[in-house]
Amino acid sequence: MNIIVCVKQVPDTTEVKLDPVTGTLIREGVPTIMNPDDKAALELALQLKDNNGATVTVVTMGPPQAEKVLREALGMGADEAYLMTDRAFAGADTWATSKTIAAFLKTLQYDLIICGRQAIDGDTAQVGPQICEHLGIPQVSYCEEVKMEDGAIIAKRQFEDRHHIIKMKTPCALTALSECIEPRYMNVGKIVDAYEKEIKVIGFDALGLERDEIGLKGSPTKVKKSGSKGVIPKGEKMEVEPAEAATIITEYLHKNHII
Amino acid sequence: MSDISKDIYVYIEQRDCQIEKGSIELIGEAKKLAKELDYKVVGVIIGNGVSKVANEVIEYGADEVIVIDAPVFENYTTEPYTKAMVYVINERHPDIILVSASSLGRDLAPRISARVHTGLTADCTQLEIDPEKKILLMTRPAFGGNIMATIICENNRPQIATVRGGVMQALDKDPARTGVITNMDTGVTEADLNVEVLEVIKSVRDKVDISAAEIIVSGGRGVGSTEGFKLLEDVANILGGVVAGSRGAVDEGWVSKPQQVGQTGTTVRPKLYIACGISGAIQHIAGMEGSEYIIAINKDPGAEIFKYANVGIVGDVKKVLPLLAKELEACK
Repeated sequence: MNIIVCVKQVPDTTEVKLDPVTGTLIREGVPTIMNPDDKAALELALQLKDNNGATVTVVTMGPPQAEKVLREALGMGADEAYLMTDRAFAGADTWATSKTIAAFLKTLQYDLIICGRQAIDGDTAQVGPQICEHLGIPQVSYCEEVKMEDGAIIAKRQFEDRHHIIKMKTPCALTALSECIEPRYMNVGKIVDAYEKEIKVIGFDALGLERDEIGLKGSPTKVKKSGSKGVIPKGEKMEVEPAEAATIITEYLHKNHII
Repeated sequence: MSDISKDIYVYIEQRDCQIEKGSIELIGEAKKLAKELDYKVVGVIIGNGVSKVANEVIEYGADEVIVIDAPVFENYTTEPYTKAMVYVINERHPDIILVSASSLGRDLAPRISARVHTGLTADCTQLEIDPEKKILLMTRPAFGGNIMATIICENNRPQIATVRGGVMQALDKDPARTGVITNMDTGVTEADLNVEVLEVIKSVRDKVDISAAEIIVSGGRGVGSTEGFKLLEDVANILGGVVAGSRGAVDEGWVSKPQQVGQTGTTVRPKLYIACGISGAIQHIAGMEGSEYIIAINKDPGAEIFKYANVGIVGDVKKVLPLLAKELEACK
């Protein structure tokens, strides 16, 4: 079985801080990581590899330095890695991103594609399902567990108030949830191999796409404006005795017709 | 293309033929937007046996509801629902489609947008109409809530957004509202079922629904213990509110996960939010800053939460809360 895992390198948003004076994002020195849901996706693939035997191929799209997450994936147990990088891919929204990735995945042999549910920088959860649509394969998103049975994929899918156990024939795809899947660490023995292994670089020319259907130009959505939320001017803080504090709050609630 | 595209369509999510709260909120929001464009609001409900709740979509404010009712839609699976929605799009040419940013909506909407080649904006927390171009301005948080981005989809139709639950304002149900109920056969058959649901395991939905509460008394690590949270409960009971907590309080086991406010928990926008011993991490702020009134009590005068509070008390939660409970009780 051939499994493809799509991963993304993201800034560790839990480390992102706001400048208290300007209210803008401090990006400097923020470490990059493999997106947590993508790491969960890789873990599901490696579990299938352990239990049923599979070749696991990781694919990322990003700047050249995204190679780092591919090395990590190889260290965890992936067999092959592709880095999709080209200026033509830049500025893409989820539609154009998924179109680009799908164009490359079409050139590979696969039975199962696993993506993370969403990336912590964009939080859209759209690229996985959109890749599936471009490829014309069924998907189960919000996947907590997966197994193979008689050549079919059995996946546990999360909803707010229930789970579905779903059976799919290959080729098909999943998106994985990091909150339910604990990824393994890199294998010490494999780390050395991971750094020696060739990472194949894929550029625009390999995809057979038109320039205006991907990247910024091929994106139906555009960012009109963006900015930090800044600091909302609110009331001052008061250092008072507890009894006075209780009175201040009560009077405030009364004044504003909350009580 | 926009000359033939009109009206705002709302995908009405349902579970066991019960309309989801998030979809009702979207009808309310769509009504507001529709006014500015002189559009109709059309609900689209898909399922098996959903005809019986179609009128509720009207009662919550829609001008029309399209009912797609067939056994093939018994359980949500991606392909039949996508195909049905794409059929509606091709028949009606909506200008805007709103979908809940639920685990279902975030599976369905990307698939639709890729199929009809249009833009999709995820998890929006604010929607407006550009007064000149008459296009939808979709504002959403990114970078863990640190950045707000406003997204547009100028040249492709429909403009589709998934919208976060608990943020938009629902209208009250009004049986006096009238509208058109349209049954639609989308041609989706068993042959479109490309996955098989083997089993449905229902679980209890969050017992304490903090997203619906008008008054929330919320605690963080500064509350110190389970006993400390009893003080919060007392105040919440007097005010007729509910208790919630920050991620820190959940990690400590003082409140349950469904009670967590913030980026990885629930977004709330109550009338009153009392933050007790909460420092105000950006992820927490993202989940509660839409509250109408915010009161913060914290020992640390440098706590971030004070920047967002209408009333900020530098003090010990354990000392202030019992006295507050007494005063509030006396006010009743």
